[in-house]
Amino acid sequence: MLRYVVRRLLLLVPILLGVSVLIFFWIRLLPGSPAESLLGERATPELVAAYKERYGLDEPIYQQYWKYLQSIADFDFGVSVATHRKVTEEIKDRFPATVELAVAAMLFATLFGLPLGFIAAKKYGGVIDHASLFISLIGISVPIFFLAIILKYVFAVRLGWLPSVGRIDVTIEAEHPTNFYVLDAILTRDWATLWDAIKHLILPAIALGSIPLAILARITRASVLDVQNEDYVRTARAKGLPPMTVDRRHVLRNAMLPISTIIGLQVGLLLSGAVLTETVFAWPGMGSWLRDAIFNRDYPVLQGGILFLAFVFVMVNLVVDISYAFINPRIRYS
Amino acid sequence: MGRAAVKFVLLLSAAVMALGVAGATEKGGTLVFAGAADPTYLDPAIVSDGESFRVAQQIFEGLVDLKPGRSDIRPMLAKSWKTSKDGKTWTFQLQRGVKFHDGTPFNAAAVCANFNRWYNFSGPFQDASATYYYQAIFYGFKRNEVSTLSKPLYNSCRAKGKYTAIVKLNKRNGPFIMALALPAFAMQSPTAMAKYGANNAEIRNGTFYPTGDYAFKHPTGTGPMKFSEWTVGQRVVLVKNKQYWGKAQYAKSVDRLIIRPISNNTARLQALQNQELNIADLLAPQDVGTVQGNSRLKVFNRPSFNVAYVTINSAKAPTNNILVRRAIAHGLDRQSVVRAFYAGRAQVAHEFMPPSLFGWAKDVQKYPYNPERAKSLLRQAGLSLPVEIEFWYPTGVTRPYMPDPKRNFEAFSASLEQSGFKVIAKSAPWRPDYVKEVNQGTAGNLNLIGWSGDYGDPDNFLGTFFQEYNPQFGFRSAKITNLLNRAEQETVVAKRAKLYQEANREIMKFLPGVPYAHTKPAIGAEKRIRNFVPAVTGSDDLFPVEFGGQ
Repeated sequence: MLRYVVRRLLLLVPILLGVSVLIFFWIRLLPGSPAESLLGERATPELVAAYKERYGLDEPIYQQYWKYLQSIADFDFGVSVATHRKVTEEIKDRFPATVELAVAAMLFATLFGLPLGFIAAKKYGGVIDHASLFISLIGISVPIFFLAIILKYVFAVRLGWLPSVGRIDVTIEAEHPTNFYVLDAILTRDWATLWDAIKHLILPAIALGSIPLAILARITRASVLDVQNEDYVRTARAKGLPPMTVDRRHVLRNAMLPISTIIGLQVGLLLSGAVLTETVFAWPGMGSWLRDAIFNRDYPVLQGGILFLAFVFVMVNLVVDISYAFINPRIRYS
Repeated sequence: MGRAAVKFVLLLSAAVMALGVAGATEKGGTLVFAGAADPTYLDPAIVSDGESFRVAQQIFEGLVDLKPGRSDIRPMLAKSWKTSKDGKTWTFQLQRGVKFHDGTPFNAAAVCANFNRWYNFSGPFQDASATYYYQAIFYGFKRNEVSTLSKPLYNSCRAKGKYTAIVKLNKRNGPFIMALALPAFAMQSPTAMAKYGANNAEIRNGTFYPTGDYAFKHPTGTGPMKFSEWTVGQRVVLVKNKQYWGKAQYAKSVDRLIIRPISNNTARLQALQNQELNIADLLAPQDVGTVQGNSRLKVFNRPSFNVAYVTINSAKAPTNNILVRRAIAHGLDRQSVVRAFYAGRAQVAHEFMPPSLFGWAKDVQKYPYNPERAKSLLRQAGLSLPVEIEFWYPTGVTRPYMPDPKRNFEAFSASLEQSGFKVIAKSAPWRPDYVKEVNQGTAGNLNLIGWSGDYGDPDNFLGTFFQEYNPQFGFRSAKITNLLNRAEQETVVAKRAKLYQEANREIMKFLPGVPYAHTKPAIGAEKRIRNFVPAVTGSDDLFPVEFGGQ
């Protein structure tokens, strides 16, 4: 197992190198440069040319890439063209917000999606099965931003039950040692802030988790249907084991393999930032940050932010792969 | 009779008390204001965006300031000023008893320290994105390191005693005093700037980056609010300056001010509706009715301080012909566009600056929509109809002066085609292509663009567009240049006003473009907000706000 993990970690290097090449050259294919974004309506041709000359944007591309690689080796992702803050600082501020939202969304999707899919499989062909199909279709079909706006309008604006924007009530004074607001509130035993942070998570988590919920429900249903017709399950039933024990020890355990893969992939996708959800809920995460960076031709943010997310995605998948060995001890990595 | 009288008195007292409570303001409290973005930094000398200036407006003060809701200036840290006969020397008499937030005194030495700081900016600070406003007003630094910079306007500053600061310029300059109202030229504590490295910066990956703490954590001014905290992407927190030199007038105003960024218009509106904030900037025209229909909310109007216009490129055929330009002016149905696409929040523009600015002329040549007149002018020019023209508009953008560029374009195109033209439509994304093409004069014969004022001087409009050769418009006019140069060098406001009026008349005779709208941006707020007067430039004074009853 250790050798497997080390091998996967070493693979990170060529993967990230490949990603860096792709990002570096892709964003330079986009028309325009940071100069026009920085200077806006005041971007006269002379100022743009002076800017490009001053900051090496007119150098040969391989030279620009080499400088970029050298700065990456120093863990220096540069400074954002738009906000003028260090990219590493922006990541430190925004990534916890993204993680918190992604975890909340996956928790919602898993807590409701898994039981829904499981029950649908157990009641195959029945009303619950058809209802779960219907819910899944809605989850997949309704655009996230539309769902987000409806949720906000009903539960925030009309009913006033929940907040509509942000991670926390801005008038609250609270400490944020880790920048994970829920965790911080627990660590500082600030229960009022904890409840406020959770309230702010509910609507965006539901909006963001709607698609993973739909996917997980369907995958769980398919996986459980598949497994429960296996010989070893029929044998277990034939031996007289209680149905719940059969489901827990044999059906779910084996059904979890593809489900955990999907969960891992979904978490990876959510960690790359939920642009629309973050925009609608003014959630200061990675998604809206990267979207703005594209419009601003913010090269340092795009290069640093996407590279960081590629690293996160690879690590998440590694964790998922390792989890297989725990879910099914027969799986051994060498 | 006795009982009736007692009842009457009791009823009357109750009525008076009820009225008193309804009109009474609460003391203090926390005001939450939502803008569209975070500030860039908290050092106003090195920023040029409206969100940074809004925060700076609460913390800092300049020698002068704009009058609330207007574009003319009033004394602030300078209680009076005068110029020498040659217009180059400005003597400022300063307010006494003013302290910076760190307890150090505001005086003439501090004024000179600030002017000299800007003048001596070097290295990364000479980047246009860092010191845009300094470069726009003062042209250059003590030692210019960038080829696009010119000889500096600023010469020197001398402190005469504690409360007299004498600023010398290298030439006469009228906009100088008006521009000092910009937050970029606010007075900052020299002690705090030195202590927290305000002059430390570098260029990283081509981007200006302050390396000291000052611009992020220690902005220190003389203003009614002090900096408390900035959580990027979430909030800037300011608290009342209890030692403020003018505190008597703000005894009941808010104790704490939170400015938060919400970039999405709908999200900002919904947060206002949901009582998560008290004031929301940049209310979209289509949302004005929603706010007005809410019993808890009301709309504030920001005074008009922008202009939307159609550029006419005089360097390209056929728009290099004055008769064709006049035909275009008569062929643009501006009234219909303003009525249809601005939700009643704009007026038709007839010149390149808003009516609120001095120098606006009511007697410029007007060009009412008249398709037949347009056709007649084209025939007079010897052209056969329809005359082809290339007309550009931007995509992927909404501007305060142009909420929906495509609809403006479609309406203008239709009216031009009724007027003897054949429009060849072109579009480009606002960033990065459109603005670049417009600025370099390659965006066709006509294009849609505009300008929002930065400070209360016509130079910020007319000087920016027409004082020097501008490829966007593609013309040279010695008469217009001469008028604008003289207006810039004149220091008496009344004389400057006359010169700008004449310039406006000349410009509208020459027709380098057709202005069509001045808009009134809308702000949504709770009805209980008192003492809020939106600023023309967007740098609102939030510190006087009080909370009243509904």
